[in-house]
Amino acid sequence: MTITTPQRTQAEPLLEIRNLSVDYGYDDDAVRALSNVNLTLHRGEILGLAGESGCGKSTLAYAATRLLPPPGVITGGEVLFTSSRSRESGDLLRMSDKQLRAQRWRDTAIVFQGSMNALNPVYKVGKQLIDGIAAHEKMSRSAMRERAAELLTMVGISADRLDSYPHQLSGGMRQRVMIAMALALEPELVIMDEPTTALDVVMQRQIVEQIIELKDKLGFSVIFITHDVSLLIELADRIAIMYAGEIVEDAGSREVYHEPRHPYTAGLLHSFPPLRGPKRELGGIPGSPPDLLSLPSGCRFRTRCPYAVDACAQLVPELGGTVFGDEEPHRSVACHLHDDAVDTPAVPAELAVRPEGRTLLGVDPR
Amino acid sequence: MSSHSHNDPDRTSDAPLLAARNLTKHFPVKGGGSRVVHAVDSVDIELHAGEVVALVGESGSGKSTIARLLAKLMPHTSGDILLEGTAVTARFGRRFRNYCRRVQMILQDPFASLNPIHRVRYVLTRSISIHRGRMSRDERERMLRELLERVDLTPPERYLEKFPHELSGGQRQRVAIARALGADPEVLLADEPVSMLDVSIRIGVLNLLRDLKDRFHLAVLYITHDIASARYFADRTVVMYAGQIVERGPSEAVTQHPLHPYTQLLIASAPDADRLEEREATEATGEPPSLISPPTGCRFHPRCPFAMERCRTDAPPMFSAESGHESACWLYADDAEAERAAAFGAQTPGEAQA
Repeated sequence: MTITTPQRTQAEPLLEIRNLSVDYGYDDDAVRALSNVNLTLHRGEILGLAGESGCGKSTLAYAATRLLPPPGVITGGEVLFTSSRSRESGDLLRMSDKQLRAQRWRDTAIVFQGSMNALNPVYKVGKQLIDGIAAHEKMSRSAMRERAAELLTMVGISADRLDSYPHQLSGGMRQRVMIAMALALEPELVIMDEPTTALDVVMQRQIVEQIIELKDKLGFSVIFITHDVSLLIELADRIAIMYAGEIVEDAGSREVYHEPRHPYTAGLLHSFPPLRGPKRELGGIPGSPPDLLSLPSGCRFRTRCPYAVDACAQLVPELGGTVFGDEEPHRSVACHLHDDAVDTPAVPAELAVRPEGRTLLGVDPR
Repeated sequence: MSSHSHNDPDRTSDAPLLAARNLTKHFPVKGGGSRVVHAVDSVDIELHAGEVVALVGESGSGKSTIARLLAKLMPHTSGDILLEGTAVTARFGRRFRNYCRRVQMILQDPFASLNPIHRVRYVLTRSISIHRGRMSRDERERMLRELLERVDLTPPERYLEKFPHELSGGQRQRVAIARALGADPEVLLADEPVSMLDVSIRIGVLNLLRDLKDRFHLAVLYITHDIASARYFADRTVVMYAGQIVERGPSEAVTQHPLHPYTQLLIASAPDADRLEEREATEATGEPPSLISPPTGCRFHPRCPFAMERCRTDAPPMFSAESGHESACWLYADDAEAERAAAFGAQTPGEAQA
């Protein structure tokens, strides 16, 4: 597997999510599932979105593409998509239905969680592939079939499987069909919502290697949603960690692993036993993720945080620079420990690990 | 984990608490005539008091079926289940209930395994009254509290009157564990006990199970698809593929020096953030076979990069490496030195252990 180093300096944004907020429900009973989320995906980047169940990572992806089913309501923000074809950026949240329909799948495709439910069991996979192409392109039937065969071959399934029904394919093959379908119109952005969670590790490895290979070949960008941080560290260029509807840390994937800045990120990393290296006692994170209906005041993580102080209960931390400030301009974290304006003790050593033998000043740490 | 007995060379001499010998389960195929699904084939497994054994495998490898057979939730096709060396044949009545008391199961999904209309008090009271017999009200009350304290649901008063929907996933799984402990068991069969839980609380539940195992000297069977957690939690690890055991041994040896090509594939496939630089594309290809007509010989041979002629025809027996580490692969036969060297180079995994 090749690890691509993100080129931050000249990377142009493909998708910019600004102050996105989402409620579930209406009026007074509404639950705020996303609060003012800001996130930028650069062209050619794999952005990992990690967090526990219910933290809003899928909600973020569906809201940003306006696929959120009721009672989900987008209550504010904007989602700017800059197409390289037209070089224009438009706000997905304010597009007309017609614009949106043209944009969907051609510019932004989604690989849904659970291929079993996403494929229609009564149609052959070939027909389902062709349907997507037919909705956007004017092509002859035979050309579309040829394209569908090409797509299947691309994801490593022989073309004679076009005439198979979904139940005749294994779980891994169905997931590949879903990926082929997403790539049918050569989109610029592919959102993958836990595409490998239902698969075994060996199949997961095959699919992930396939995704990276296709990405290098076709040059799309990926938002990869999963709860498996260790998978993301391998796969993604950058990782955004979510907790209770907010992004708490946003950094390069190796930085997240070696130099976490948010206590929650550090806790998550202590939740996965290592397969190699010395065995160490792990603690996980005490308590459980909060109920969005009764969130703690101030920082949402404070009830489980080993470093919580009084200020954490009063002030809501905002996503901002780390304690190293200008030395890590590309990183952000939402924690009072890193905020000079709030009176907190010094950042604990665990959250202030510096990269070894690398200078941070002015250069990309990698 | 140094205090455990698994490193003790004498361990083999003391009899296993619960064991399966040649355990086999075939499910009939509906409308398939005499065809059967070979879910579990000739599996030997031993559980000792105070020891955790992990059963690792992909979905469909038969690991959950083994737990269900050991819990006697369904009859096995052939083979024996031995409790303290005596074959267990009872399928109903007092002797069967006695077996159930001693061998308790924890299920994967605490959202499904707790009845939503009953409070925690009821769930635990049932377990105590079924398995512990009559007792005074005060005694029962004391026992309820003790159970909740054992699984770190403190103070107990806060949880006794709760319904399952008022608890988080981790708390629910703790109630399910308390229910199993209510029977005062000697063996716990934990079928993927943490895979439905949020990642940040999984370790907490595993640590709890380990703690309970040490305190009550339980034998634990931990079924999982996550081989890294097997290394963390289990003393010994057993790897299954397509209904058969392909490798077993001390967890550290199995995960650090896997012998069987399937185990090697499994470990190479697992995400590992520490190995980013050296990682190359794995040769992960193929899928587990159909269990209705499993491949002849070694069931892994169609996917195995080292498959030899013999693998296609003869099923491999267990070959021992060292300190109880065994694998069912012809590469470890005494006369396969040349093939072994060709497959792994000069240093074969078995020798690398020393």
